Amino acid sequence: MAATREAVAPAGAPGRAAEPPRRRLRSAWLVLPALVFVLVPVVALAVKAPWSRAAAALSDSGAWTALRVSLEVTLGAVAISLVVAMPAAWALARTDFPGRRLVRAFIVLPIVLPPVVAGVALLATFGRLGLVGGLMERAHIHLVFTTAGAAVATAFVSAPFLVLALESGFRSIDPRFEDAGRSLGASRWYVFRRVTLPQLRPALAAGLVLTWARALGEFGATITFAGNFRGTTQTLPLAVYQALQTDPGAAYVVSLLMLVASVAVLVAVGGRLLVR
Amino acid sequence: MTEPAEPALRAEILVPRADFDVRIRLDVEAGRTVALLGPNGAGKSTTVSALAGLEPLRDGSVVLDDVALEDVAAGVRLPAERRPVGIVFQDLLLFPHLTALENAAFPLRARGASKQEARARAGELLERLGVAHRARAKPDALSGGEAQRVALARALVHEPRLLLLDEPLSALDVRSRGEIRRLLRELLSGFPGVRLMITHDPVEAMTLADRLVLVEAGRVTQEGTPDEILRAPRTTYAAELVGVNLFAGRLERQEDGSGVIRMPAGDVVVAWPADASGDVDGAVGLLRPADVALFREAPAGSARNVIAGRVESLTRESDRVRVRIASHPPVVAEITAASSTRLGLHEGGEIHAAFKAVEVSVLLPD
Repeated sequence: MAATREAVAPAGAPGRAAEPPRRRLRSAWLVLPALVFVLVPVVALAVKAPWSRAAAALSDSGAWTALRVSLEVTLGAVAISLVVAMPAAWALARTDFPGRRLVRAFIVLPIVLPPVVAGVALLATFGRLGLVGGLMERAHIHLVFTTAGAAVATAFVSAPFLVLALESGFRSIDPRFEDAGRSLGASRWYVFRRVTLPQLRPALAAGLVLTWARALGEFGATITFAGNFRGTTQTLPLAVYQALQTDPGAAYVVSLLMLVASVAVLVAVGGRLLVR
Repeated sequence: MTEPAEPALRAEILVPRADFDVRIRLDVEAGRTVALLGPNGAGKSTTVSALAGLEPLRDGSVVLDDVALEDVAAGVRLPAERRPVGIVFQDLLLFPHLTALENAAFPLRARGASKQEARARAGELLERLGVAHRARAKPDALSGGEAQRVALARALVHEPRLLLLDEPLSALDVRSRGEIRRLLRELLSGFPGVRLMITHDPVEAMTLADRLVLVEAGRVTQEGTPDEILRAPRTTYAAELVGVNLFAGRLERQEDGSGVIRMPAGDVVVAWPADASGDVDGAVGLLRPADVALFREAPAGSARNVIAGRVESLTRESDRVRVRIASHPPVVAEITAASSTRLGLHEGGEIHAAFKAVEVSVLLPD
């Protein structure tokens, strides 16, 4: 018995020995429903797009402007998320305090919250009559109906993804490396920069991609809180929504543009992290 | 100019733990290596953490070279990064994203040295430790022995006053263990500060330390030279340590390149130690009882030492059985209770003890 197994085992692949054996090819058709479900709409988009006037449709619908706004808004949102998520993730992973689980639940609440609710909640906070809106008005900080506001709304719904990714990243780093660093004469800050952060890099990259992808698709909170103004708050999804009401063909083209961007993200960074 | 003050460690620590409080008093004079020896979970690692400042004391003080690193009564507590300490951790904890050279340079960089200066000094030390050719390798590409050398370099590069070694040989296989043990003895004898190692392995302790401090359940139960403890063990644990097989005699080189320790009671074949220049009197071989295998018939395996004798005594301790064999030389073996039953061991019965030459650690006279 043992001899047969040895003869069958592929030579020269010792590293894969631990992986459980895959089932036979025969059952592979089971992936078809999911594949068709995703692929058919994607193909339909390409088929229905008015290719002959694609360039005109893009400029008429304000897609290039929306692309610029989307880049500004998503990069801003990712930056805000990073500033908020990094310390929170570290504290959640490395410390233990009463109510930690409750705090964590609140921090990730926006993941399950309907985005439109998030938008309304932000209005109640930063709106002219909102909780801190008056204060901010006096300080000449304007968020409602501005690009910065769109970034804040987007960060509100996407930052929790970064918190989760970074928390699990911190957890996967043995805290004794940090002890070792300090015992060798490094301050906490030096240890964080030179010991913890480099080891966090894969989790950070995955988290940033995930957060950015979520930010790129953000619709509900943005349109509720920041409105839909071409050139300032109209991001790509908002442009698609508007085009759909006047020129569906243009909506298809802009959607394809976003599809290409998503695939590019998946291939460039996500492929390595999500595909196995 | 006066001579620099003799380095010395005086520590009296109380660290609370879930199972018991660790309450240990240590005095280590300059130029000596002290081993904290005790079973797993006795509080040895807690002691190292406390001395390094990674775990706060509830009470007591740590004084190094007449400077208080920590003194609870006086409210003094130097953070870990400001203590002149170098640690070799049990599982090394080399930073996985840094090369061997960057790891060794870390303590200097952390103290603000320039990149060039730090790398130059770390490179020199790696050279001295014989791993300069691996300077650009990441830790996961290093062999056990190489990684150990890099960890030693990282612990020594900033010239600490207190060197802490946590189970320095436990991660190594038998072959590199002998090599690193020799390297350690050399390094330790040349290190001017206070040397403290912790281990659960009596052979490791006796081959590297001048003085042993036995720790059980957070307390020091006995201290003294290996000799003193071997002669008069005061606790069950100490008595078990005495059970280490000790072969003292003349070391002679054999034609096949191995060595043999000749004693009036019989001979033991050993691996020829790399630091031995020729035949020598007063060599000591140490062998763990757990490394001795027992057979009813003379075994045909590769063990160079097969010694026949009668079972003199059987001592059972939970699921292990210590077997004292009246043979030439006498040998103590430690086997599982299941094996004891399978072998049908009884006092007075005939038995063959077998062990490999490389499993005998050889100490040469100084």
